[in-house]
Amino acid sequence: MLRKKVKKRIFLLLFSFTIVISIIFIILKSLEKNVVYFLSPSEIYNDENVPFNKKIRVGGLVKINSVTKSQSTINFTITDLKKEIIVSFTGLVPNLFSEGKGVVVEGKLKDKKYFIADKILAKHDENYMPPEVKKALEKSNN
Amino acid sequence: MLKKIFPNKILSLTKETINILVYIFVIIIFVGLIYSLFLSPPDYVQGDSVRIMYVHVPSSFIALGSFALIGIASFFSLIFKIKFMPLIAKSLAPIGLIFCLISIVTGSLWGKPTWGTWWAWDARLTSMLVLFFFYVAYILTWKVIKVYEKANKVSSILGIIGTLNLPVIRYSVDWWNTLHQPSSITLTSAPTIHYTMLIPLVIMLIGMLFYSLVIFLMRYKIEVIKFKLSKKKFQNK
Repeated sequence: MLRKKVKKRIFLLLFSFTIVISIIFIILKSLEKNVVYFLSPSEIYNDENVPFNKKIRVGGLVKINSVTKSQSTINFTITDLKKEIIVSFTGLVPNLFSEGKGVVVEGKLKDKKYFIADKILAKHDENYMPPEVKKALEKSNN
Repeated sequence: MLKKIFPNKILSLTKETINILVYIFVIIIFVGLIYSLFLSPPDYVQGDSVRIMYVHVPSSFIALGSFALIGIASFFSLIFKIKFMPLIAKSLAPIGLIFCLISIVTGSLWGKPTWGTWWAWDARLTSMLVLFFFYVAYILTWKVIKVYEKANKVSSILGIIGTLNLPVIRYSVDWWNTLHQPSSITLTSAPTIHYTMLIPLVIMLIGMLFYSLVIFLMRYKIEVIKFKLSKKKFQNK
């Protein structure tokens, strides 16, 4: 059915397509550490060569009842429900920063359990709803 | 409708048809904006900044969708040498470029009050920026390369390579840790967005799709006329 020329072009295209896909895959795979925007507390716990003097980002949920404020310094715990890291930060936190919500902190690790942050980003989840619905949901859960 | 896409049919596209489509677009966008800006509720954490989503999400959708179409058209142009395919792709590119830009700008405006930053080099945002550059490169090849056949080939290859970026954009939030939240609307599970917010979002999407259709038909008609004229000129020589 297909003309010989068309067949040749399809073959050529498929061939180069697979090559380009594999190249992109290899690049992304080798750059995985850079593609990932933040590490979870478990990943830091499991990683043997986690850098201590380099800027990294850690993300997870702000543990409920862990936020303590003293003067301008705020301390809280980031958890991924398996492992935890205590974070210390001096400065203003974003409006959406709150207990039980997602957060990404940028800074340096002191040790595997303690993190000094110099930037805090609030992470939003994929749930969108009006306040009344949220209240109703909480009521039905309790 | 689809048959009209063919070069000779598009020429019969009248101003009246365009006007009707413009009326439909204006009405839908008007209803959509009233709904999304005034009638829909604020979000329980984001407050009123959730309203940016009603422009942001449809823009991203159209930016990705039109590049997917450019990819398909480029494929048929390169393999089967169908003459009007590059004209379709060429007419879609500026639409996608504008919506890609709108998506990035509105996302940035939303990011500042929500995340606390205008921009983050996470996988979703970066891959969207790559799409923007693909649009720019695609349009530039048509502008820079003067020989039609050559421009067609280069831009088609760009269009096909660019589509590889689309699944990366779509699944970046699932494959890697990103600051950007995962998709709220997926084919496989129920949307995690309340219906009072989903309705205005869908209305805005339909409205913006109509807008894209109008711009596409107008541009496509011009491209076909230009193509036919250039062929005539060539024959006269």
